[in-house]
Amino acid sequence: MPNYIKVDPPEGYSSPGLFATTFGKVVGLARKNSIWPLPFATSCCGIEFMATMGAHYDLGRFGAERLSFSPRQADLLMVMGTIAKKMAPVLQQVYIQMAEPRWVIAVGACAASGGIFDTYSVLQGIDRIVPVDVYVPGCPPRPEQIIDGFMKVQELVGKESLRRRYSKEYKDLLESYGIK
Amino acid sequence: MDNTFITGKLKTRFPEGILSIDEQKDMLTIVVAREFIHEVIHFLKENESLGFTYLTTLCGIHYPDQELQLGVVYHMHRFSDNTRIRIKTFLPLGNPVVPTVTDLFSGANWMERETYDFYGILFEGHPNLKRILNVEYLDYFPMRKEYPLEDPTREDKDNRFFGR
Repeated sequence: MPNYIKVDPPEGYSSPGLFATTFGKVVGLARKNSIWPLPFATSCCGIEFMATMGAHYDLGRFGAERLSFSPRQADLLMVMGTIAKKMAPVLQQVYIQMAEPRWVIAVGACAASGGIFDTYSVLQGIDRIVPVDVYVPGCPPRPEQIIDGFMKVQELVGKESLRRRYSKEYKDLLESYGIK
Repeated sequence: MDNTFITGKLKTRFPEGILSIDEQKDMLTIVVAREFIHEVIHFLKENESLGFTYLTTLCGIHYPDQELQLGVVYHMHRFSDNTRIRIKTFLPLGNPVVPTVTDLFSGANWMERETYDFYGILFEGHPNLKRILNVEYLDYFPMRKEYPLEDPTREDKDNRFFGR
């Protein structure tokens, strides 16, 4: 019994040696299976991410084998851990330096909402400074949950319109965060 | 050198500066008036027979029930026989100014910045007194005990998530 799941091909015209579909679907398929994440690991959730990248849970299966610590070459900003208010402008700068298209996943309770640290020094959720695509709750979330969040990002990446980053709604979204 | 020798030397040198002396588990704790704190620390450091050459730490404290509410606590250490001593001064809330000890101990620089950051205690003569751990635009001093634990006017806690 083979241990793989069959995935349906996107809609298109197929014939032996040929598969024709829309450009957007091909690009989406390629992008979603080769996401290069930027692990912005601050605290405990970062350790769970290290476990997720390890051989047992293996995020590399999903195409995220090549981590990038430089924002210029990364697709997905994975914020894992508590972000202090002093760190917030730094995180926003890292997000600004990423090239389009870019996605953000907030892993853990602290990145999503400040978590248990409702205090003067902790930013109460990174969505106060950067637009977030997927939130993974947990303190810390298990590797399976981080993988589930990553797969949701893959869904978003695969279905995204190629013109979304040039649209007015997206520009207004970035304006609302103060990002030019 | 035992504690009675230290207290004797301090009392003869500063008859009116030492406000109280206490001993807890062999560690001397002296409370000094604000005007004498710099000389007391200088004396403890420079006097050959005392020789407390290491400032272990200095920190702030806020006791809202006392008359002089804010305090600065210094811990000094002598390497020759591992003796420690604790020195406290208390300051009024309206005028929390105390002379700096950075001229005696360079290590006090960041510790005084942290005390200023959290308690608002101003160190006179400090070369660079600004916030060190908190964000610069914070307009209050977090470790003072004048804020309620649950403050409904703060926007940090979102009631939707806490069932209130």
